[in-house]
Amino acid sequence: MSTWKSICAVTDIPVLGARRVERARGGAIAIFRNTEDKVFALLDRCPHKGGPLSQGIVFGESVACPLHNWTIGLADGCARAPDQGCTQRFSVRIDNGVVHLDLDELNSIALDEAQATS
Amino acid sequence: MKKMKLVLVGNGMAGIRTLEELLKIAPDLYDITVFGAEPHPNYNRILLSPVLAGEQTLDEIVLNPLSWYEEHGITLHLGKKVVDIDRRKRVVKAEDGTEAEYDRLLLCTGSNPFILPVPGKELAGVIAYRDISDTNTMIEAAATYQHAVVIGGGLLGLEAANGLMLRGMRVTVVHVMPWLMERQLDDVSGKLLQKSLEDRGIAFRIGAHTQALIGDKDGRVMAVQFKDGTEIPADLVVMAAGIRPNTALAEKIGLHCNRGIVVDDTMQTVTDPRIYSVGECAAHRGIAYGLVAPLFEQGKVCATHLAHFGIGRYQGSLTSTKLKVTGIDLFSAGNFMGGDECEEIVMSDPYGGVYKKLVIKDDKLVGACMYGDTVDGSWYFKLLREGRKIADIRDKLMFGESNIGDTGHEGHSRAASMSDNDEVCGCNGVNKGTICKAIKEKGLFTLEEVKKHTKASASCGSCTGLVEQLLMFTAGGDYSKPPTKKAMCGCTDASHQDAREAIKADHLLTIDSVYKALGWRTPNGCSSCRPAVNYYLISTWPKEAKDDPQSRFINERSHANIQKDGTYSVIPRMWGGETSAAELRRIADAVDKYKVPTVKVTGGQRIDLLGVKKEDLVNIWKDIGMPSGHAYAKALRTVKTCVGSEWCRFGTQDSTQMGKDLERAMWRMYAPHKVKFAVSGCPRNCAESGIKDVGIIGVDSGWEMYVGGNGGIKTEVAHFFVKLKTAAEVLEYTGAFCQLYREEGWYLERTVHYISRVGLDYVKKRILEDAPGRKALWERLQFALDGEPDPWFEFDKAAVDTRQFAPVGAV
Repeated sequence: MSTWKSICAVTDIPVLGARRVERARGGAIAIFRNTEDKVFALLDRCPHKGGPLSQGIVFGESVACPLHNWTIGLADGCARAPDQGCTQRFSVRIDNGVVHLDLDELNSIALDEAQATS
Repeated sequence: MKKMKLVLVGNGMAGIRTLEELLKIAPDLYDITVFGAEPHPNYNRILLSPVLAGEQTLDEIVLNPLSWYEEHGITLHLGKKVVDIDRRKRVVKAEDGTEAEYDRLLLCTGSNPFILPVPGKELAGVIAYRDISDTNTMIEAAATYQHAVVIGGGLLGLEAANGLMLRGMRVTVVHVMPWLMERQLDDVSGKLLQKSLEDRGIAFRIGAHTQALIGDKDGRVMAVQFKDGTEIPADLVVMAAGIRPNTALAEKIGLHCNRGIVVDDTMQTVTDPRIYSVGECAAHRGIAYGLVAPLFEQGKVCATHLAHFGIGRYQGSLTSTKLKVTGIDLFSAGNFMGGDECEEIVMSDPYGGVYKKLVIKDDKLVGACMYGDTVDGSWYFKLLREGRKIADIRDKLMFGESNIGDTGHEGHSRAASMSDNDEVCGCNGVNKGTICKAIKEKGLFTLEEVKKHTKASASCGSCTGLVEQLLMFTAGGDYSKPPTKKAMCGCTDASHQDAREAIKADHLLTIDSVYKALGWRTPNGCSSCRPAVNYYLISTWPKEAKDDPQSRFINERSHANIQKDGTYSVIPRMWGGETSAAELRRIADAVDKYKVPTVKVTGGQRIDLLGVKKEDLVNIWKDIGMPSGHAYAKALRTVKTCVGSEWCRFGTQDSTQMGKDLERAMWRMYAPHKVKFAVSGCPRNCAESGIKDVGIIGVDSGWEMYVGGNGGIKTEVAHFFVKLKTAAEVLEYTGAFCQLYREEGWYLERTVHYISRVGLDYVKKRILEDAPGRKALWERLQFALDGEPDPWFEFDKAAVDTRQFAPVGAV
């Protein structure tokens, strides 16, 4: 069974925006919120050249990477055609307006990713 | 809910393109059934000529393989000709008895070749040139027989003749009109074309009337007989004397036809609202188009109506022509014959095989006809469609775009002669081979598609002309012409101009209201349209519309420039490029304190701190204590100055002070794109005023003002605008010009492009000839900038979301 770690309130994330969750080990995670208050979590690293997706423009269920404007699906972490590539996605649970991430995933996924500086 | 049923009759390019557009916007609305008379999936009919010529294979020209139909759940009936439609019961019936019900019907029956009504037309070896089976017949005939006669010296006839000749036949083209391709070429270029085809070995009978086709004892054609009694041998006769819209089915079921199935601007037939028609069979405002670009425009419009969006209108197309015979370049568009009230500019070098004719009427280009050198065809066609006044470029018009310097086409005439390894797009490192391969294999038709698939021309855009040419060469001449009115992005059919006008006319104040008013297809736009709409709102309704930071690119949201590693650069403002010991000390201390790895002097006379971490931004701004330089924004950036009369022994004016005054008056000014000023104190122009959006040059008697310069992708020398006497005038004229650009420019359009779109004369009229208008513009700019916050210090007022500078819930 998963252990869910509380991260922040949904309202701590701007609508059509994102926040960054730092990890002690592994690359940071970007958590996104859209107009329907759906929250998504991806590794904060574009599959193209590693751009911080948390800094991109969010629309619908996608984010545009700030470096070269690749469009990444928030639900699956994959680039929209004709671009190819996927970044890691993380499970999200919302409980009473609080965003939770899966501790097992946090401690196992993409730990070797170099810590981006920003 | 049960899905509605859509039946497409005609499995060709127009119909399938319409389905593709429909599936893009309403993928689940219909159960779709397609009937095709030919036994092939949708292929690129335009490329039959290269197939005949042996340059491509049939497999290569298939646009939608069978798997595409499967993927989209489309029921496909191949080789089944539809023979009747019961409009009351709404059922389509095919020859073999197959039936399909419909709620909406799309008729794309295309056209039939016109067969000359001469004796012998039914003989074996007499064919039209229309489809894969005709092409195969020709390829087979070429393997067995010697003499081919092509009747009709138009586009199709000549392509057929060229193909048959390349396959080893002796070809004669019979043409009843006085010169070849009379609908696309004038007499001079038509004769140049004839000569060059004769040099390749094709024979011509110009002005000859075909009287009969004579058969041998086996019922196969053996000769063509003319009215004057002469005969020429013929084992194969190809009829290419034009096409007629195929309206037999439509007429049978009682749809109104007049040179095609008559449709309105929504591509709906005028007779039956359930039936739409697109393509060569449709007559729109009396014209049935035979080229692919208009058909695609029609398909796009039709799709929006089938999808119940009901927003598109097709209003007719201007067409251009290019012959797909390798090695022969010709291009024509519009009224290339000229005539009453038209002026002509002609360049003719018959020995060099080059001929260009431009037809001008009322100061606008209305037609072009070119032979031998067609490099600028797409540019002329653009001018034609835009209906732009040409007085200011008339003297250079004939020499093409590279001599005008509109969009930067370094090496643009080389498209055909480039090798596959030559780089086309310098930004994304895409070479010619990659682009051509993508065009062929993925069936790309438009610049947008090439951009998406290859990334060529997707960044700075300076190779756009070259990519368009590659499209022309690879896919055929009549593709890829973006319509005059270009949609902002895939979310909408509205153009930038539409959005600007709607915001102004309807006093729209939020992004949502714009999306609603203009029928956006997506709930909150995309990274391309949302920043544009946000800018239009705040520039049209300052102090009323609220800036939306989530609709701004990261640089304008965090007020610093993102770098490739995710860190930021910080450039504080230095008024007029002047600084002081105190400022430099604070900068030096900040560099130490925040361990800034790189400090660089910029081209704009400022200091750039590179590699700053996002969480340090707020503190570093505070420590430095200088205003935001807006080096990250579509806004006024730097005002570059020389030292001027205060120190320089040549200086005639105090350029530094002028620059500081301009910068203080206009900093924080958001604009469609970045804006740069420069002020020089004498004509030696040390501040490089000639390549700035607004450049000021001091002379002994006052100031010269230049506009629309650009030192970027393609260097553009600024236009001389006006000479002014006082510094106050410089402020007013510069401000008015900037405000005009802010109110009318399209997002991401630099001043040089804005001016070339609206014309320098128009800008002069608004600023120089209309004094009250100029003052009003200057006042509107001052009103907009009054109280505008410095985003580095007034976070609330500048709508800076400071939460972004700290991570949440570290784990």
